[in-house]
This record gives sequence, C-alpha cells and structure tokens, in this order.
Amino acid sequence: MSDGAPACTGTATLRVAVWRGDSNGSFQVFSVPRRGSQTVLDVVTYIQRVLDPTLAYRFACRVGMCGSCAMTVNGTPRWTCRTHVDKVARGGKLEIAPLANLPVVRDLVADMREFFDKWAAARGRFEPTRTREDDFAAVKPASPARGEADAAIECIGCGVCYAACDIVTWNPRYLGPAALNRAWTLVNDVRDGGNVERLAAVAGDAGCHSCHTLMSCTELCPKELSPTRSIAGLKRATIK
Amino acid sequence: MSGKRAHTAWWAFLVHRVSGIALALFLPAHFLALGTALAGEEAFDTFLRWSEQPAVVFSEWVLVMLLAAHLAGGLRILALEFLPWRGWQKTLAALAAGFAVFAGLVFALTR
Amino acid sequence: MSARGEARLWLWQRVTAAFLAFFVLVHLATIIYAVRGGLSAAQILGRTRGSVTWGAFYAAFVFAAAVHGGIGFRTIAIEWLRLRSRAAGALALAIALALVALGLRAVAAVAIGP
Repeated sequence: MSDGAPACTGTATLRVAVWRGDSNGSFQVFSVPRRGSQTVLDVVTYIQRVLDPTLAYRFACRVGMCGSCAMTVNGTPRWTCRTHVDKVARGGKLEIAPLANLPVVRDLVADMREFFDKWAAARGRFEPTRTREDDFAAVKPASPARGEADAAIECIGCGVCYAACDIVTWNPRYLGPAALNRAWTLVNDVRDGGNVERLAAVAGDAGCHSCHTLMSCTELCPKELSPTRSIAGLKRATIK
Repeated sequence: MSGKRAHTAWWAFLVHRVSGIALALFLPAHFLALGTALAGEEAFDTFLRWSEQPAVVFSEWVLVMLLAAHLAGGLRILALEFLPWRGWQKTLAALAAGFAVFAGLVFALTR
Repeated sequence: MSARGEARLWLWQRVTAAFLAFFVLVHLATIIYAVRGGLSAAQILGRTRGSVTWGAFYAAFVFAAAVHGGIGFRTIAIEWLRLRSRAAGALALAIALALVALGLRAVAAVAIGP
C-alpha cells in the first residue's frame, strides 16, 4: 500500500489504544493481529475475547443495521462494524473511545439516557388525532410534506450525529441533531396533532436556533440523513 | 483538528465566526479613528496620513477580506436557512470564498 | 431568556444581516471609489458634512451593526466563553450600547462636524 502499511493478510499487527474506565479513565494499548477485511468491531471483539475479558462494549447485529456499535474511532464517531480497519488505521494505529458528548458508563459504553431524554424534550413522539373507530388517515406518499418526512424518517437513534455535533459540546442544553430531526418528521406528519407544543419545544437556544450548520451530523450519519436539512425546516417553521 | 471536523461546512462556520470576531474588534477602532474628525480636519488628515503606511494598508486589505468573507458566508447561511433545501451547499461555500478573494483583490488593486 | 425571546434574537440577527449586506456593499463601493483618487480629509468631509443622506445611511449602519454584533457576541459568549444566558445577554447589551455610542459619535464627526 502507498502509505507503507503492512499487507492485510494476518502477518502484521495493529497498535490499538482503547479507552478504559469512566470519564476519568485512560487509554490502554493492545496489540491485535491484522486480518483481511477486518472491521474495528472485529478488533474490539478480539481484544475482549482473547486479551482482556473485562473490556465493556456494545454491539448487536454487527452488519450495519442496528447502530449499537457506534464508537469514536480516531476521533470520529462511526459504526465500528461498518468501519474497515484498512480505511482508518494510518500506520497500523487505532484509537477507540466511547461516543463523545455522553457520560461514560465503562470503557467503550456510553450512557445514552440524555440522548433519548432530549428526544422526548423535543416532542419527538407521535401525537395521535384519530381513534380505532375512525377511518384510516389518507397520506399521499408523493406530497411535499410526506417527502420531507420520508427524507428524515430512517433514523435509528445510534447517536453518531449527537457525538459529532460541536454545538452539543459547547451548549449542554442543545437538544441535538437526532431529536430535532425526529421532531421535523412529525411536524410534517399530517396525522399528528402535537405541533403547537412541538414547535415551541424545538425553538430557542436549546433548539433549532442554535444550529450553526456545521453539518458534521450530515457528513457522518451512517444512514445518510441530513439533520441540518431538517433543522433548517424547523427554523422556517418556528418563525412563521 | 479532529477528523469529524474536516469538511467544508465546518470550515465555512469557522471562517464566519472568526471573521465576525475580528470585525467586532476592529469596529470600535474604526469608530474612534473616524471620531478624530471631531477634532477638526487637521487631526483627521494626520490620521489619514498615518493610514498610508504599508503595515496599515496591509491590515486594511486583511479587513476587507474578512468583511467580504463574513458577508459571503452570511449570504450562504441566509440561503441555507430561508430557501428550500438544495444539495449544492458546498458550491455555495466555494462561491462565498471566491467572492471574498475577489473583493480583496479589487481593494488591493485600486489602491 | 425564554425560547421565544431566543428565537426572536435569532431572527433579528438574520434581519440585520440582510440590511448589513446592503450597507456593506454600498460602503465598500464608496471606499474603493474614494480611495482611487487618494483622498484628503478635506475631500472626504467636503462630501459628507451636512449630508442628511450620508448621516442617515451611516446611522442606520451603526444600529444594524451594533445589534448584529451584540447578538453574535452573546452566542459566542455562551458557546466558547461558557457564560450563562443571563450574563452573556447583559455583556452583549453593554457591547451593543458601546458600539452605538462610539458609532453615532463617528457619524456625527463625519456628517455634522465639531
């Protein structure tokens, strides 16, 4: 390879710094054999199974669908099961830490509670207007509102955008890209009846008006969503 | 700078914020300088002569560049926030940068 | 400050920005035009003194810049200086008022005279 990294056929080793402990912890270095098509999740799994069974980390599907394995890899929040070591290990080095902007439970596990609390604070919950006695709601899939909602609906709450956002770092009250993105999908849902409270909840310094279009969320979202776009929509909706 | 910040929109934000701070610091100095005109034409003339020094001319050029950058970046933000969303924001950022350089050149060349 | 108040600040930041875009372009064009000739104090002041148009233009410019800069400062004070909303707002207001005072003094110097 042009950067001088060794061939990935299992003969070379990775130097992996892994965060241990809580927010007052530190990095611990492990040597991990390098293999072909290896992902960062493979590396973490190897460490826990072979080198140190006390390492705590999260994963579930390991095929890029659930978002559970999100961690900070060389300073960037990513899904570790979808991050090939060859893409990120410059000079055979890796640094793996828990997601930023969240309290650390232990090692690579972040406490996601505030992430979901802010989701609720942004009124990211559907407020029904019909009962089972009413007829089905007719929503035209091609309508502009449904188009806006559909463009943002695939969020699975992995937290990568929240970890990437510098406004979350600088302003602890900021609800964050995911919560605001979800609120936008509901603002555009013709069946929902909670928009008066929702638009009030997403306004102000804690809400959409603190977004400075840094667009780290949009750059890094593994589902290729654009929370910046959703938040821009909220900005227009809240000043009407 | 961390990898999560290495994209165009982040640079556009940083340029906009830093240029804003610089302009905000410059503005009182600018007002005070103009205020020398209160002391009469001579005081103002003295100041104008001082401002023809190369170091000052260079700083003025930097200020015009900052002003143009902040203006262009600001127009980009107004477009992002008030116009319907389009996928060409990176182009907008580039145009903003181009305008800033252009304004600086015009200012430099017309001295 | 309430969320509604904060949203209003956001909006005023954009409104003054739009006005400033116009003011700045006129100002830049004016300065570049004036600089071409290599100006003296007499020449500048000859055109601006007693001019209601220039006085009004620059007074409006000063107010817009003070509001825009003040709101911008408040945001930076909260995000980078870690001030709380109230302290940041108070400091921003003080700065905005100082800019208005200095700015109108400069406008008076140039458009009215000693």
